[in-house]
Amino acid sequence: MEKRLLLGVEAIAQGAIDSGLSGVYAYPGTPSTEITEYIQLSKQAIDRNIHREWSSNEKTAMEAALGMSYAGKRALVCMKHVGMNVAADCFMNAAVTGANGGLVIVAADDPSMHSSQNEQDSRMYGKFAQIPVLEPSSQQEAYDMTRYGFALSETVGSPVMLRVTTRLAHSRSGVRTGEVLPENKIKLPENPQQFILLPGIARKLYKLLLAKQADFKEASANSPFNLYKEGTDKSLGIIACGIGYNYVMECFGGRPPYPVLKISQYPLPRKQMKQILGECERILVVEEGYPVIEELLKGYPGDKRITGRLDGTLPRDGELNPDLLAQAFGLPVEEGASVPEVVAPRPPALCTGCSHRDVYNALNEVIRSYETGRVFSDIGCYTLGALPPFRAIHTCVDMGASITMAKGASDAGIFPAVAVIGDSTFTHSGMTGLLDAVNEKTPVTIIISDNESTSMTGGQDSAAFGRVESICAGIGVDPAHIRVLNPVPKNHEELCRMIREEIEYPGVSVIIPRRVCIQKARRDKKA
Amino acid sequence: MNTNIIIAGVGGQGILSIAAALGSAALTNDLYMKQAETHGMSQRGGDVQSFMRISDEPIFSDLIAKGKADIILSVEPMEALRYLPYLKKGGYVVTNSTPFVNIPDYPEMEALTQALENLPHRIVIDADAVAKEAAGNIRASNFVMLGAASPFIEIPFDYLEAGVRDIFTRKGESVVEMNLKALHAGRAFALARK
Repeated sequence: MEKRLLLGVEAIAQGAIDSGLSGVYAYPGTPSTEITEYIQLSKQAIDRNIHREWSSNEKTAMEAALGMSYAGKRALVCMKHVGMNVAADCFMNAAVTGANGGLVIVAADDPSMHSSQNEQDSRMYGKFAQIPVLEPSSQQEAYDMTRYGFALSETVGSPVMLRVTTRLAHSRSGVRTGEVLPENKIKLPENPQQFILLPGIARKLYKLLLAKQADFKEASANSPFNLYKEGTDKSLGIIACGIGYNYVMECFGGRPPYPVLKISQYPLPRKQMKQILGECERILVVEEGYPVIEELLKGYPGDKRITGRLDGTLPRDGELNPDLLAQAFGLPVEEGASVPEVVAPRPPALCTGCSHRDVYNALNEVIRSYETGRVFSDIGCYTLGALPPFRAIHTCVDMGASITMAKGASDAGIFPAVAVIGDSTFTHSGMTGLLDAVNEKTPVTIIISDNESTSMTGGQDSAAFGRVESICAGIGVDPAHIRVLNPVPKNHEELCRMIREEIEYPGVSVIIPRRVCIQKARRDKKA
Repeated sequence: MNTNIIIAGVGGQGILSIAAALGSAALTNDLYMKQAETHGMSQRGGDVQSFMRISDEPIFSDLIAKGKADIILSVEPMEALRYLPYLKKGGYVVTNSTPFVNIPDYPEMEALTQALENLPHRIVIDADAVAKEAAGNIRASNFVMLGAASPFIEIPFDYLEAGVRDIFTRKGESVVEMNLKALHAGRAFALARK
């Protein structure tokens, strides 16, 4: 047993490596990125040649992981919460096929949207797919439950979701590691039809998934991670999920007077739930994310005994913290001095020397001459172009939506319709939208602001590297309208001219301003 | 013992190296430790903070509650003030006086200095200058800051020295020595003004 200082996400990575992992599949996304990065740098993983390359997007990652599970080996697939939306097609169907080799899906949620577009709760996906969900409360549990997840996945023959939130993902603590298990050998599914979701077979497999629910409930009922803590004061019972348990314990110095049911495994453990509901007058449900359990317990008529995020005892949105819990318990919060007025907000910004700055300077200059011009952007560092001093973009919705929203707006009559997308986002989800535009010869101008890196998440390799032009040409963009330029300030006039010309071209054009990310350039220089 | 520290700065200033030295000090001495940090979008020049908790008893919350921080250790003067609601009565603010100006409406230095002077318990140190003088390199300024905070942290100083040594060992003895000199210089500065 060795003790290491690990982030919650690193504890998941180490737990997976020690569980006999054969491959990790992922697309970078805060707060999940460091799981894959840790495995990429792990000597154990390198020595064992564990698969650890980035995937193009979360769907390709989930599918590849399912393929590894099909072959009988253990696979880990990691993504941020919104990545689940991209992977959902495979995810939902993988619940029906079930797993062969252990398959653990990590969904890292971001309540309070520190680096995200929404705060969806991945436990809903777990329930939607009807598979077991694990929700650790500490770094040690993140390690232990990843190991447990692989074992559970193989025992019940199902993918298992491990759900964490930003605070646990990005908090460090000492973690004791355990025995290293060997990897599985290739072992094909016993039922040769297990992965053939033809309706006639899928109907049988779906009934099997429904039958497995009893096993999932049994596993939760006996889970070492669901915990009933007795309390003397039964006027209140606390149901605390995942990291919410820590905040409850913090408020009472580890000794709450009320009974506490810690939930770290779903489906909910029925016996313990009945116990706390039976013996306590009022219930407080503490959930990091959506009021999933609270809503279930409250029911449509609205049982007033059940409190939490829906009745205002806790806020309806945002991440939890010890102060919010203290208020919910009526305990004093000894807030220090207030923030002096002199303190100004310091939002994130594009780096000095970033190529996106030069792109927006040129684009703003050109678009100003068209009253009706609209710029549809995407997810990445360049989304910061929405803020001053640029205020250059009008939309940012989901990965790849720049090109397709520009297309739809163009269809509606908006001119010019310009899309701004990064190189990595383009290969993640932009290529299919480009094909739509090409097929219809839609007059859109697509700027692929290529910094040869997945920068917002820390400069991971971009799947588009070295092949953006050939992809665009392959999809069918006229090579005369695929234009590449280094957007250094001395090329400002040329870039402006290029943008103006392509806006005036009545078809699909792609402009690729290319200069390596300044952060990546610095790191590469050091290395 | 039980120490709650908020380490504050701007994305890119390297506050996580301070946290790493403290974490190493805690772990090798079998103390409990939790340290929440900021990754992602804010690292692009936004305000960033790390909540560091060290104790000889188990720690539950990864976040520090308001009014419970023993010390705010900031590598930037305006950022030192952002977390005052978390500082307990009698807690210390230890901050670098060198501003990091990356926003158009950064406050006037006079107003900022006044706000810092209004704090009852503070150490304001030109960590860049001290680092240059004592360690020969302003890159060691973060460890001047840790040294300046050390008299107010309930962790034995030799643990911190070992922590600094640990995180820089693989970069070679000269880097270790540079940062240890910075640590000592910061500590001496704060002890003279405590």
